Amino acid sequence: MRNIFLFIRRYFNFIVLVILQIFCIYLIVHYNTYHNAVASGFMNEVTGKINTQYNKVDYYFQLKRTNEQLAKDNERLRNQLAENFDRPDTSAKIVIDSIPFDTSGNIRKWEYRAAKVVSSSIAAPNNFIVLRRGSAEHIKKDMGVVDPNNGVVGIVTDVSEHFSVVMSLLHKDSKISAKLKKGGEAGQVMWDGKDPNRLSLTEIRKSAKVAKGDTLFTSGFTTTFPYGLMLGTVQEVVPEKSSNNFNIRIKSSANFYNLQYVYVIENYQSDEINGLLKTATNKTNN
Amino acid sequence: MSRLVKNIIRFILLILVQVFVLDRIHVHYLVTPYLYFLFILWMPFQLSRTAQMLIALALGFTLDSFRHHPGFHSAACVLIAYLRPFLINILIPQEGADSNYEEPSAKSMGGFLPYMIYAGVLTFIHHAWLFFLEAWQFGDFWYFLVKTLLSTVISLLLIIVAELLFSRKQQFRTNTV
Repeated sequence: MRNIFLFIRRYFNFIVLVILQIFCIYLIVHYNTYHNAVASGFMNEVTGKINTQYNKVDYYFQLKRTNEQLAKDNERLRNQLAENFDRPDTSAKIVIDSIPFDTSGNIRKWEYRAAKVVSSSIAAPNNFIVLRRGSAEHIKKDMGVVDPNNGVVGIVTDVSEHFSVVMSLLHKDSKISAKLKKGGEAGQVMWDGKDPNRLSLTEIRKSAKVAKGDTLFTSGFTTTFPYGLMLGTVQEVVPEKSSNNFNIRIKSSANFYNLQYVYVIENYQSDEINGLLKTATNKTNN
Repeated sequence: MSRLVKNIIRFILLILVQVFVLDRIHVHYLVTPYLYFLFILWMPFQLSRTAQMLIALALGFTLDSFRHHPGFHSAACVLIAYLRPFLINILIPQEGADSNYEEPSAKSMGGFLPYMIYAGVLTFIHHAWLFFLEAWQFGDFWYFLVKTLLSTVISLLLIIVAELLFSRKQQFRTNTV
């Protein structure tokens, strides 16, 4: 017994080092569970407030660029106004209304909510964006985020009362289901942790016809993003030697360097779809 | 100004500079400029080693909170805080210099060269452990090595600039009172 105490006294510093290192590595590996428990409550609010102060200055210097972006967005939306379209006089017509229920039975599925970006990073190996809008302003976990020109930015991972943290496409855990516009092949968009604005598309078979400049959409297979949001354009197609797949480099359509406003997308049907999937998997398991 | 107040101000300033200045500079994806760990290099000699490690954990954790992924910088900071006393013991020239001066600097370590070796080795270890933990998820060895070396060079340049800009006056304290 005495020897054990002597041992602990002799190597006390080393033991402290090992314990602290194990603690840190535990945080890295189990970051998702930990993140929900502590960071969303306290640290998120504190760092969010400091970042808001900084962003007040930063925002001023980017006003011109933000204006241009909003003008572009306005132009796109104005072109979609009903007055711009002439409808032939037929008995069947499609009405899309913003009222939740209309007489022809249309139900609102997606809702876009604008949010101010208070901080964003691109240089780290795992990048996050913080929004000045939280659970009190109808932001929930797992909502999709797009920039003003409808380019995919990321997915909400964590929400506190007035702030929310978005895992951007530039994150090692980020995986988004995507579809090529031309051939319709579906794959996954990921990031290799190096160059911002350059993503990679995997799981595309070598039999697919892919060319430089092809457009990449969201597939609409998940409940996070609607079909047809811009992800990027193909920059380079490299056949993977060890498998039957291509390794495709993508230039992302969202510009992560100067995000100021983004839109958070809510899916009103996600609860229903996910609940259905859950009961289906439970049934097969039992 | 007491030593405690000075160190608290230094802590806050270095974190703010790291988060709002250096993290916003995008030189190249292989180069990440780091300066915040200078706080650990400048910690007083007299602190106990356990206290040094705990303060380093607090520093790393503060930076991690801004990056929204806890663990990486905390691990690297704790490691260099543990190794710091060994290096000081090897590099310090004369007997008792660490009790005559407050904290490591070119003067207290007896010249510019030993001080740069001290800073260089700790910077390299900090970057290597940090990027190793990050690369462990991505798994690309050459990328990790080149990034460590380039970032170490940039960090050393930043340390020299900081050393020249903010000269720390250190008077010789005798312990024969």
